[in-house]
Amino acid sequence: MNKWTRRGFITAGALTGGALVVGVAIRPGHRAPKLAGMVAGEGEMLVNTWVKIDADNLVTAIAPHSEMGQGAPTALTQMLADEMDADWEHVAFEEAPAHEDFANYALAREYIAGEATIPRFLDGTVDGVFLALSKNMDMQITGGSTSIRLTGQRGMRIAGAAAREMIVKAAAKTWKVPARELRTESSHVYHDASGQSGRYADFAEEAAKHMPPSQPKMKEAAEYRIMGKPKQRFDIPSKVDGTAKFGIDADLPGMKYAAVMGAPVIGSTIKSVDTSAAEAMPGVIKIVQKDHFVAVVADGYWQAQQAIYALDATFDEGEAGTLNQEGVYDRFRTMMSEAVEAGKEKKDIAHGNARKAFKDSGHTVEFGYEVPFLAHAAMEPLNATVSIDREAGTAEVWTGSQNPLGTRNTVAEALGFKEGNVTVHNQFLGGGFGRRATPDYPVMAAEIAAECDFPVKMIWSREEDTQQDWYRLASISRFKIGLDDDGMPVSWDQQYVDKHDPPEAAHPIYNLPNVFVHYIESDHHMRFGAWRSVDHTQHGFYIESAVDELADTAGKDPYEYRRALLAGKPRHIAVLDAAAKAAGWGKTMPEGQGIGISIVESFGTICAQVVEVDMTGGMPRVTNVYVAADPGFVINPDGFTAQMESGVIYGLTAALYGEITIDQGRVVQSNFHDYEIVRMDEAPEIHVTLINSGARLGGGGEPGTPPIAPALANAIFNATGTRLRSLPLAYQDTDVA
Amino acid sequence: MVALIVNGKREDISVDPNQPLLWALRENLKLTGTKFGCGIAQCGACTVHVDGVPVRSCSTPVGFADGKQITTIEGIASADGTLHALQQAWIDNQVPQCGYCQSGQIMSAVALLETTPRPTDDDIDTAMRGNICRCGMYTRIRKAIKEAALTIPVLAPETTEAEGQPDE
Repeated sequence: MNKWTRRGFITAGALTGGALVVGVAIRPGHRAPKLAGMVAGEGEMLVNTWVKIDADNLVTAIAPHSEMGQGAPTALTQMLADEMDADWEHVAFEEAPAHEDFANYALAREYIAGEATIPRFLDGTVDGVFLALSKNMDMQITGGSTSIRLTGQRGMRIAGAAAREMIVKAAAKTWKVPARELRTESSHVYHDASGQSGRYADFAEEAAKHMPPSQPKMKEAAEYRIMGKPKQRFDIPSKVDGTAKFGIDADLPGMKYAAVMGAPVIGSTIKSVDTSAAEAMPGVIKIVQKDHFVAVVADGYWQAQQAIYALDATFDEGEAGTLNQEGVYDRFRTMMSEAVEAGKEKKDIAHGNARKAFKDSGHTVEFGYEVPFLAHAAMEPLNATVSIDREAGTAEVWTGSQNPLGTRNTVAEALGFKEGNVTVHNQFLGGGFGRRATPDYPVMAAEIAAECDFPVKMIWSREEDTQQDWYRLASISRFKIGLDDDGMPVSWDQQYVDKHDPPEAAHPIYNLPNVFVHYIESDHHMRFGAWRSVDHTQHGFYIESAVDELADTAGKDPYEYRRALLAGKPRHIAVLDAAAKAAGWGKTMPEGQGIGISIVESFGTICAQVVEVDMTGGMPRVTNVYVAADPGFVINPDGFTAQMESGVIYGLTAALYGEITIDQGRVVQSNFHDYEIVRMDEAPEIHVTLINSGARLGGGGEPGTPPIAPALANAIFNATGTRLRSLPLAYQDTDVA
Repeated sequence: MVALIVNGKREDISVDPNQPLLWALRENLKLTGTKFGCGIAQCGACTVHVDGVPVRSCSTPVGFADGKQITTIEGIASADGTLHALQQAWIDNQVPQCGYCQSGQIMSAVALLETTPRPTDDDIDTAMRGNICRCGMYTRIRKAIKEAALTIPVLAPETTEAEGQPDE
């Protein structure tokens, strides 16, 4: 087993047919010839792991990230093409195959360097019989807002710069001139002194014969020509004419369709199923019964789903089948109090001595907040299509996944096949938001297909998608904060339920002298999943609501109060100022309207939001959201702006309406009529200000989501004087309403 | 047997007339641009036109469409491949993210512009609130509809009529 080292290696090689591949690899040696077989077609040269050039001089970036609408493939290609001096009109992107040699080098490297941790919710996809994989931290994940800041910064740019240097060297050798006399532009090499020029493709084969440079020279920001410019996304044309292929659009000869019913109390098992009525229904071919679900396979999906409704099943539900939502919260409260009384708090972060400092503070305040379970509700219901060749011991999977390598490995484990014998054809994702990082659904499709002699497309109904999710978990937080005579916090004690990812989510960004943040772990049966921005969703709401309450207690302006607490943090202050300035903070709001502010740092990006709300209609109507964000440097400004807009609306849906409740252990909500989503007529104007501070790159997919809920609750307080301490907000009573 | 005229072409398919039109399009005719989102006419991802009227195909029995003209996302560009003004505006404004809802969004918008060539914000709210976008691209959709509307010539009497309508 090769040992991970801190140093990355760049590999290169020629492919049959005369194309070139360059790559940044974690393993030493010339590995491109092996990879070439996976990604290079006729006439294409894999220059290194992440770039190939074909005979027509088309430069293709290859990266292990999937397209779920976040636009990372386009931005990653910008990073590679800029360093390579490629012709932007002649570039393409290809998603790397689900294979450990294309696993996320950058994520692994960051892990080794101690700068990032592998999200714990993914452990299940890399351990078990795949312990070797786990040890090597072979990851291939699109999530955690990592694509640009890790793969892009540590992979694509290096690969692009290395490929350029290799081609220059090859041209110098061919023309017998010094490499330093050559320049590159738009996928061409020029020797101005002799007037010679050539396409990159002309030198690809020669370039691939050489080992790549170990330390290629990267551009300074002033030299960027493609990074930092708004570029149209590659995937958009196919998404306006119906030709984009999502997982649900897979179509195989002889394929049949499966609908499923999971045990309604998650984690429980099926005791008995009466299938007689279902079996008699038209088109029904087969009923597959497993411990946790029943599937009907039929000629068409609708027939399969109709037969699911005809099943009569009983379940072993145990105690989970008696739990209701109030019971969940009551248990949290009991466990939280018991932990403090027994001195058994699990420490998250501590500095100074918060509990001692309470004695010195003139005034102590306490607040409690509550957030519910949330489903992801991606537009494309979960689905996967699986074809198995039992004699060959091979399987193919068509699905949309944030975790194709995990999908490959868990499907292989479920089928008892070797990992290398399962091929995942990753399709466009009709929304991911974290849900599609958990590969339970392709495994389920594989288990169904394993009992059939034909390929099977399994589609979950919207009801299954809502009720069999891996949820943003319900949680409660309690604050006890000691204030000095000036109303500034001197001791900060926060308790909450369940710590997941990222580890710093509950750590306040403010200058606080004495901090103790601690938590308890829940023991209910609802399963945790990463939900866009993960733990920041609740901690953004908790902390930014609490700080607003402190400002009110101190009789200070909430923007100025935050500013004072951020002294010495110029990036944070600049972001806060930009949002406040864009909104015209300080203006007088009309009667019944309010304005609120918040700031959350997540995934390396600082994001502040100012919300304007109109309460005169009785329910909150958000009219404007002013977003300011500093991700260090924005690779694709239009794409990043779109991510902020998207993060705001996704978070606004959760803030206003998002609530999954359980009754007798079952999820009550089932579809969009009772799991409401913000629609066109409720969508605010969103005004985005981007700041390139030059700091280390941050992410884009998630940081827009956490600030909206607290900014809205703070705006409602500003409009009505009513402090809402639980989510969702839409139907709660306020003084004005 | 049900006879559909889909994007101008007659298709005879042998299905249960109670089966939703959505699955006939997707599975029988392999027109997968029309999407399944909720199955109960709550999200609009499955929107197509039946005799020019936008319907939620997930909740429309295929038998209802027997003998009628169906238009799907695959059928709104010109025969020469020129995109519909709305499709072009969707690209120009970089509207889609995941893109899964966009066939339905565009079909609702096409129907809107056919009856209301110069839509107000209220017109857009009314016509589009049946289409959910989980990526939250509503402001871009609104902008793209307004831009596309300006590229569509409006006959004089219709202009007068549209301008004469008070905002609701």
